[in-house]
Amino acid sequence: MARVVVNVPAEAKKGEVIEIRTLAGHPMETGFRRTQLGELIPRDIIRSLVCTYNGVEIFRAELHPAIAANPLLTFTTVATESGTLEFRWTGDNGFSVTEKASIKVV
Amino acid sequence: MISRRAFLFLSFFAGTARAQLPANIAEIRKAQLQAAINKVVGGAQVRQGKVKLDIPPLIDNGNAVPVTVEVESPMTQADHVKAIHLFTERNPQPYVFTAHLGPRSGKARIATRARIGDSGEVIAIAQMADGSFWQDSVRVIVTLSACLEEGLI
Repeated sequence: MARVVVNVPAEAKKGEVIEIRTLAGHPMETGFRRTQLGELIPRDIIRSLVCTYNGVEIFRAELHPAIAANPLLTFTTVATESGTLEFRWTGDNGFSVTEKASIKVV
Repeated sequence: MISRRAFLFLSFFAGTARAQLPANIAEIRKAQLQAAINKVVGGAQVRQGKVKLDIPPLIDNGNAVPVTVEVESPMTQADHVKAIHLFTERNPQPYVFTAHLGPRSGKARIATRARIGDSGEVIAIAQMADGSFWQDSVRVIVTLSACLEEGLI
C-alpha cells in the first residue's frame, strides 16, 4: 500500500476557494530507463487522480511518465458544503489507492 | 595482433552500433509534439495569452521541476477552463499531464513536478468551455537531464 498525503483545510468559509495539495508515494518508473545489463525497466506509473467532493467529481488529472516520482498535484476547489473529499489514484500493475479528507464549511 | 586498418574498420561499426537513437531524433520529437497537440486541439486555432506557465528557465535537475499553470478565467458555468494540457518538446513522449477542471474548481491553477528530458520548449495549452484554446510556452535550459539513460542529443 502506497503512502499518500492530502492537505485540505479543516475549515473554510462558504464559497471560498480552497487549495488542495496531494502527494502519493510512487516511483513513477518511466519505462524508458534501462538496468545496468541493458534490460528495459517496465513502465510503472500512476495514470490518473480523481477527486470527488461529496460524490461529485471536481477534478481529474491524467498523468504520464513525465511526472516526477512521488507525484505532487496542487489544485483548487470552491468550498460549497461540509462533507468529505475523496481522492483516488489509479495506475499500472493494478495500483489503486483511495484517501479521504473531511472539510467543515461555515 | 589486429592491424590498424582492421581496427579502424571495426571501430567504425562499433560506433554505429552504439548510436541507439535515430539521427533525426529532433525532427521525430517535433513531429510527435505536433501530433500530440493536434490530438488535443483538433485543428482549432491556439492563441497566445490567458495562460501563465511558471517554470524555472534554468533547470539544474530535470528529474523534478516545479511547474505551475494558471489560466485567467472567471470559472463560471458559462466561461470556465475545461482542461489544461502540458507538453514538452524534448522528452521521449511529449505528454506531461492533462487536468480536467470545471466551474467548481473556483480557480484554474495547477501545480505539479515534472520531468524534463532536455533543453527545449515547454508548452501549456488551456481548453476553454467555449471551445477556444490558449497557450503559453517557455524555453528552458536543463543542465542535468531526467531520463539520462536515454542518451542526450
